[in-house]
Amino acid sequence: MNTKKFKLSNFFFTLTIIFYVANVMGILFTVILNSFGKNWFTGIIPQAYTVDWYKYAANEHDILHLLGVTFFVVIVLVVVSLLVAYPAAYVMARKEFKFKGPIMALFFLPMLIPPMTYGIPLATLLLRIRIPNLLAVILANLVPIIPFMILILTPFIEQVGEGLESAARMLGASRLTIFAKILIPLTKPGILTAGILSVVKAISAFDLTFLIAKGSSMTLVVALYSDAFAAGARPMQAIDALAVIYFGITMTCLLIALKFVNPTQMVFKIK
Amino acid sequence: MKIGKKIDRSLFIMLLPAIFVLLCLFIYPFIFGLYLSFTTKDGTYTLANYIRFFSDQWEYRTIWITLYISLPVTLICVGLSIPLAYYMRRGIKSERMITFFLIIPLTLGTVLVSQGMLTFLGPKGWVNQFLMFIGIVKDPIQFTHNMLGVILSVVIQNFPYSFLMLLGYISGISPDLEKASQMLGASKSQTFWKIMFPIMAPGVAITFCLNFVMAFSVYPSAVLLGQPSGPTRVIAYAAYQWAFEKYDQNMGSTISVIMGVIELIVIALVLSWRSHLQKGASIVGKG
Repeated sequence: MNTKKFKLSNFFFTLTIIFYVANVMGILFTVILNSFGKNWFTGIIPQAYTVDWYKYAANEHDILHLLGVTFFVVIVLVVVSLLVAYPAAYVMARKEFKFKGPIMALFFLPMLIPPMTYGIPLATLLLRIRIPNLLAVILANLVPIIPFMILILTPFIEQVGEGLESAARMLGASRLTIFAKILIPLTKPGILTAGILSVVKAISAFDLTFLIAKGSSMTLVVALYSDAFAAGARPMQAIDALAVIYFGITMTCLLIALKFVNPTQMVFKIK
Repeated sequence: MKIGKKIDRSLFIMLLPAIFVLLCLFIYPFIFGLYLSFTTKDGTYTLANYIRFFSDQWEYRTIWITLYISLPVTLICVGLSIPLAYYMRRGIKSERMITFFLIIPLTLGTVLVSQGMLTFLGPKGWVNQFLMFIGIVKDPIQFTHNMLGVILSVVIQNFPYSFLMLLGYISGISPDLEKASQMLGASKSQTFWKIMFPIMAPGVAITFCLNFVMAFSVYPSAVLLGQPSGPTRVIAYAAYQWAFEKYDQNMGSTISVIMGVIELIVIALVLSWRSHLQKGASIVGKG
């Protein structure tokens, strides 16, 4: 029968996945162990352990400010995007109209074109006009996040039957009431999904923030990159300590997100 | 009729913020960038920026360097993803766990993965320790600060995207087609090449394009794991340098435009290959 062939493809598949996962875990654990290691010159694990690197990293970066900025940017980003994206997703979900094609293209282009490609002119523009740097960072990141949210919210809104809305309107509800009392409660899972996935995406958003942020409006991931880039100036362990902090936060958000959404869906969404 | 107009207007208002934001922050900067690329600092129209880019070997070789990184990466990612996704097409037991592990590098982002690889693949890292331990090599292999490190890093980061996208496409192909083909006597290999692959081709093409575009704009990996001042100076880095280190935003925008154009050319090539493949498949069907 086909048992022999089946075993071979089984083997190949499992091997590849294990190989890949092992490498990813290896990278992660190296970073984690290194951040706790006093010195690690040879051998599989560090010889001595310490938390000094974390204190070092915390001081070097005024970690509270860094985290504060990061969370502030992310939360404002997600809230504003939800406010802008939800009505747009509603229209895209419900109505057909003449310019739907081009508008859909307008919404999805920023997701297809990598941020580095449009980031430089965007950064140039935002830095020329005199607005607070933090505002510039938030504005820039709206570009990839709003289409992302529209993409996620649209199917959730489509699921809510139009009959409910028509019934409400016949009974005299204004559009605002319909939104507030019917649509939003019914699409709460969608809003949560969009919100959390966007938080994850925003925390790890590098390209645009890197091009724009100056000094105190850096987010965690940009600070991490700057540390790693100026490699000589800081000990590797301190960089890894900051990396672990970043990883901890991202991972927590990811785990929360996974409670709401299937991992396979996440890729289409994160892309 | 009046009601119709009223509804249209409120719909338009609902779309307006999103359209407005994207027009101002995406379309306009794009046009602005085009404008900058065709002008000098004081605003006169010129092709000098483009000429400068293409006549300076140091600059235009970034195109080749970046292609040298992004094409193999995309080929590896998509090439590996096809058999793996095909294998998983009907779902397997540990699917959720596998996708979870694949999501991790995706979420962590390029900076963490690149930076972690510096230690993991470094001369004293676990990989080299393991290789030396089992005796394959005597001295540590140089994985970092070179082209190899950059390619490895981008492969690790892009593989989840290509795998999960292809998994989605392939799972969507009706299993009846396969069963029908095998009932009619086709071997597994015939089924794959003559039936499944042509149906998958659009999905493969799109995945390839999206992955390529991601890989082509590589930045943190190339800088952290490579040698940005030399062999791994990628085009994104060149754009960044001109715009923000040398403060020549016209050149920076020029390079961004060139970057976008090259991405479009590759996408166009891939899509035309795909439609060629479709024509071929229908001819084969006749014989």
